Amino acid sequence: MGAMDISVITQLFAKASSLQRKRAVLTVAAIAWGTVAILMLLSFGQGLRDQLVRGKHGMGENLAVWWPGETTKVWEGLPQGRAIRPRMDDINYLRGRMPTASNVVGEITSWQTTLTWGTTTVSNRVTGVNWEFGEMRYHWPRAGGRFINTRDEAEKRRVIFLGNELAEDIFGDLEPVGETLLVNQAPYLVIGVMQRKIQMGTYKGPDEGNAVIPITTFASQFGRQQLSNIVYKVSRPEDMPQAQREFNEGLAAKFRFDPTDEAVTGVWDTARGAEIMDQSMLGMQIFLGIIGALTLLIGGIGVANIMYAVVKEKTREIGVQMALGAHRSWITWPFVLQGVAYTLLGGVFGMVIALVLVSLIALVPVEGNQALEFLGKPTLSWHIAAATALILGGVGVAAGYFPARRAASIDPAETLRYE
Amino acid sequence: MNWALPKRRAAAPPSNGHIIQMRAIRKVYDTGKIQVEALRGIDFEVCRGEFVAVVGPSGSGKSTLLNLLGCLDTPSGGDYLLGGEPVAGLDKDRLADVRNRRVGFVFQNFNLLPQLTALENVEMPMLFGGIGRKERRRRAVEGLEKVGLGDRIDHRPTELSGGQMQRVAIARALAMEPDILLADEPTGNLDTSSGTDVLSLLEELWNQGSTLIVVTHDTAMARRANRVIEIRDGLVVDDQRTSTARDSAASSDGTAN
Ligand SMILES: Nc1ncnc2c1ncn2[C@@H]1O[C@H](COP(=O)(O)OP(=O)(O)OP(=O)(O)O)[C@@H](O)[C@H]1O
Ligand SMILES: [Mg+2]
Repeated sequence: MGAMDISVITQLFAKASSLQRKRAVLTVAAIAWGTVAILMLLSFGQGLRDQLVRGKHGMGENLAVWWPGETTKVWEGLPQGRAIRPRMDDINYLRGRMPTASNVVGEITSWQTTLTWGTTTVSNRVTGVNWEFGEMRYHWPRAGGRFINTRDEAEKRRVIFLGNELAEDIFGDLEPVGETLLVNQAPYLVIGVMQRKIQMGTYKGPDEGNAVIPITTFASQFGRQQLSNIVYKVSRPEDMPQAQREFNEGLAAKFRFDPTDEAVTGVWDTARGAEIMDQSMLGMQIFLGIIGALTLLIGGIGVANIMYAVVKEKTREIGVQMALGAHRSWITWPFVLQGVAYTLLGGVFGMVIALVLVSLIALVPVEGNQALEFLGKPTLSWHIAAATALILGGVGVAAGYFPARRAASIDPAETLRYE
Repeated sequence: MNWALPKRRAAAPPSNGHIIQMRAIRKVYDTGKIQVEALRGIDFEVCRGEFVAVVGPSGSGKSTLLNLLGCLDTPSGGDYLLGGEPVAGLDKDRLADVRNRRVGFVFQNFNLLPQLTALENVEMPMLFGGIGRKERRRRAVEGLEKVGLGDRIDHRPTELSGGQMQRVAIARALAMEPDILLADEPTGNLDTSSGTDVLSLLEELWNQGSTLIVVTHDTAMARRANRVIEIRDGLVVDDQRTSTARDSAASSDGTAN
């Protein structure tokens, strides 16, 4: 395409676009609406996805949780149906057998334990844990408090770390840290309260309702050493199978059972769950994107419709221009440009509106509103904008191209014949 | 592309002033079920500087002939040389260029672009001819002055009378200084006095050296022409030079009598 073609096309385009204003407004609005729809759908999808990922990670990342079980296979002359019940001290043994795991902790839980502060009494679970539990299971302390540390565990201190919901149930608006809480009548120092967090997976109840003490303290106070469950962590999801093998073999060697006995070795692998969720979230976003694209397509059909009407209306004029020596491309390109121009104009409006909407929604407080909190904040990312711009461009070109093709097919002799 | 055609043409005698040469031109319109044979073998030549009136009953093929002459349409058979060059085998854009540079069209219903001013209408073929903005404007103003509309250049077609519209159309047709002006019933939509004006304008253009082919029902027009061709059922049935023929036109021969 030469300079002359471009010059002729731009001049014809400039003449054509100054017409058709009224109809153009409607189409531009339709495209803007489609753009808002696609952007909002994708933004909410992204927000929900972020929120779910955060929620899924609320319990901690790349964890496996193991519960005691009974054997179902005969092993080295031993019958099936034996209970496998590791104890507190076995954690250290397992750590030695599991080089791949970044950490292993044990938990012992006492259900329906009486917690008393002043006149307030609640019945709640209390769990003894190793001090590493805090980092593994994302029990981040609020400012002014801390989680259980090595010395608490080594010295069997009577200290307690509370989930934020439980803390509020007992202490209301007062600061719990530094207060003394009676657990089964024994005094414990409250050393920290967990930060609010979003959590989706749980195995004993949400962490916000936890009451956690050192596992050693638990053993001496409650007189129980048998673990309720074991949690181990890997640094990368792909290490999980190896860590599981090490765990199974370590446990099987000590307790003499078949390491392939899944009734005993079965774990809840959060890394695998996360992977499945990631895929289904991506699927959801693609689905939302398709719905948005369809909305945009309808806008595009509107644009194409206007252009078809223009072509029809101007058939004779196009015929005259051809008779006067216009090349086909000089006739068609202004139509394509018009389609693209309307679409992009609508797209820009739509993007601005969506941006404003997303910013406004971000201002709405969601704290405390479960539904909104779950939905998350719509997030307008660059790749969403880029994808939308791409779809807009495609729709625009198509909306201009098909009417332009009809314009090009006009036969000047035929058109000018009818007087 | 049919290369045999130009070669055969090259062997033919020189066109000695023939702006148009048609041999055995046929045009068949295929309307699905029926085929309309609008032209059934037209042979004729036109020299530079002639004023040819094409007459004949309705449906005889006059407009069809004019469309073929102006390269708006392609013949179903026969050979056509415009300015000594065959037009068969040219692609659509080359045909557009031929229409732009060599031919000026004047239609019965003017066919001005309604959103454009008289000036912009006259500029249009020059835009397609690649003429720069300033030059375009200068020539358009000059052309409109020549047809007596120097004071109407910014008027839109709706603000002009029929006769004025037709004069704008003539200025537009002449903008690219074509070899030949083709007019299909240019006075057909005009009252007698406007018709006379347009006729006078055409005659003046002829006197200044233009070559005109005008389809007409108007006997006054036919009388002014130096040559009248009558068409019936897609054939030339009569071709007569009249006494008003200019010297330049009369000097060359080659009409298909
Ligand atoms: N596009 C077309 N499709 C089918 N038939 C056509 C077409 N154009 C012309 N014809 C037919 O060809 C014949 C010649 O038509 P043409 O328009 O050339 O006649 P004309 O001499 O100009 O008539 P008029 O004086 O009424 O304008 C007519 O029978 C007409 O119906
Ligand atoms: Mg006709």
